[in-house]
Formats: sequence, C-alpha cells, structure tokens
Amino acid sequence: MTTLQAAVMVALAALATQITRWTPFLLFRRKTPKFILYLGTVLPPAIWGMLVVYCFRNGTLTGAGSGVPEVLAAAATVLLQLWKRNMALTIAGGTLCYMLLVQLVFPH
Amino acid sequence: MASLLTRSGKGAAAWAAFRVTLPILVGFGFCGFSYGLYMHSLGFAPIVPVIMATVILAGSLEFIMAGMLTGPFAPFTAFAVGLVVNARHLFYGIAMLEPYRETKDWRKPYLICGLIDETFSILGSEPVPEGIDRRWYYFFVTLFNHAYWVCSTAVGAFFGSSLPFSTEGMEFVLPALFLAIFTGSWQKETHHAPTLAGLAITFVCLLAFGPEYFLLPSMACIVLFLLLFRRKLSSSAGEQA
Repeated sequence: MTTLQAAVMVALAALATQITRWTPFLLFRRKTPKFILYLGTVLPPAIWGMLVVYCFRNGTLTGAGSGVPEVLAAAATVLLQLWKRNMALTIAGGTLCYMLLVQLVFPH
Repeated sequence: MASLLTRSGKGAAAWAAFRVTLPILVGFGFCGFSYGLYMHSLGFAPIVPVIMATVILAGSLEFIMAGMLTGPFAPFTAFAVGLVVNARHLFYGIAMLEPYRETKDWRKPYLICGLIDETFSILGSEPVPEGIDRRWYYFFVTLFNHAYWVCSTAVGAFFGSSLPFSTEGMEFVLPALFLAIFTGSWQKETHHAPTLAGLAITFVCLLAFGPEYFLLPSMACIVLFLLLFRRKLSSSAGEQA
C-alpha cells in the first residue's frame, strides 16, 4: 500500500468516527427514533463478539504456529477479567501471558 | 492555593477535571503505550500512530486500522468498520445533547469531536463538582483524555523500541483488549443473545467469505438480525455495554 492510500484509509476511518459523534447533535435534537435507542442497547455487545472473532480470523495471530499459545492466553485473559474485573489489569496480564508463552514456552 | 484556583473559573475547572481524569491517565498510559509499541512492531514510523491517535481518537478502531494498513487498500471497509465499531458513540451523543446544550461557542465542536468512551463515562455518570464552571469542566475533561491518549501513544511509538526486553507477542494486546471488553460486557448483561449472535454470525461469515472479506457482511447480518428479532431482544434492553 502506498503512503497516500494509507492516508486515505486513516482519513476515512477518522471521518466515519466523527460522523458517529456528530450525528446525534445534528439529527436527534427533538426526538430519538425508537429503533435507534434499541440498537444502542443491543449493538455494542454484538460488536464486541464480532471483534473477538476478527482477532483470531487466521486461527493464530501470525498465521503460523499451532494456535496453542493463543488459546491459552485467551483463556487466561477471560479468566483474569472474570476474577478481578479490572480492564487494565486484564489487558496487561493477558498480553504478558502471551509474550511469555511465545518467547519461553513455545519459541519458534 | 485553593482560593486562587476557585477565583479563576478556568483554573478551578482544569484542576477538577485533572483530578477526575487521573484513573483514565493510568489506563491510557498502558493502552496508548501498547498501541504505539504495537504500531512500531508492525514497522510503522512513530509519527503514524501519533497522527492516528490525534485524528481518529478511538482506541479500538486505531488497533483495527493498524492491522488493515498492513493489508490491501480497502477504503470502503475502513469507512464502514469505522462507522460500525464506533456506532456506540451515537448513543453517547444522544445522552450528552442536554448537558452540552448550554455550550454554544468554539468549545462545542471540540466536545463533540472528542466524545470518547472514557470522557462519556465521566461526564455521563458523575455530576459536575459544585462551584465549577460546567463548560470549562466539560472542555478540560475532553482535552485531558485526548492528550493522555496521544502522549502515551507517542511514548510507546518513539521509545518502545529501546526497551531492554523482547516485545515478541506484544501484538496480543489487541485480542486482550477485545476479550477484556467482551468479558466485561458479558459480566454486566442480563441476556447474552446479542453477544452470542455477534460471535456466531461473525464466525459463520468468516467461514463463508474468508478472513479477508468477512467483516462487512458480518456487520450487515448483525444489524439485520438485531432488527429482525427486535421484539424478542427488546426484553433484554436496558443492559449496558
């Protein structure tokens, strides 16, 4: 990809983000449609499910390897969140777990 | 000191905003640093994540964009993913319509541009401290959160490479981020149907369309599914992501 193409993609992502932030202020000043309120409650959890699948779309993160470190680290991440309910701790712990696994336990 | 600060409305508002955003500084310190480091590990120049942090200002989308920038040129997907991943902002905007109404000057566009999850989580849940100028308070909370994100990204991007240990495996920060949000959302919700639908529909689309092109059909099918089963799923409404 050229620098210009990358810049176009970043600009479009930024534009899309700004549209999601501006729309309510430009549109729903008086009354919010009911189906929008409904989507507001059910869309976010569905999107997080989608993004989890997206991360593991190639089976492994690098597209190579057994996938065992990914499965172990993902399980550790979920358990850490269920246990401590601390988002920053979960992200740090899960990442650290994966780094230890690929560097020490399953080196390439 | 305190009397000096309360006399100037701006200073008092900035101080109050700083105190209330301190936990965000800690959280962003880690996430932004990881993002800068992640972009560095993908081979991008340090200025790229800093620019993205400044203009996109939406953490999860920036991580996704990082991966997409290493793939084929896909402007429409970038735009659509941006819309869908950040669709939740629509609902922050709806909630902040009234609080932001009395801000009518140059600060209003900035408040809207910078209405991120963390800013909304503060301004949408806690009242403005007593005796504080609301408009400056809103402005500084937004500005500080924005600054924390950009600065921590810059630190990760510029200095991440001089770390004395290997960063192999650092890329797991993205799956870890989504797994943490996903699990956190799961813990809070009373009905898991939308979450499971998101997982299942995306998985089926992945099998049907392959890893390069499944995101758009997934998003379309999810919205369609949620609207089709609106009556059934509405009973689970009221849950928070």
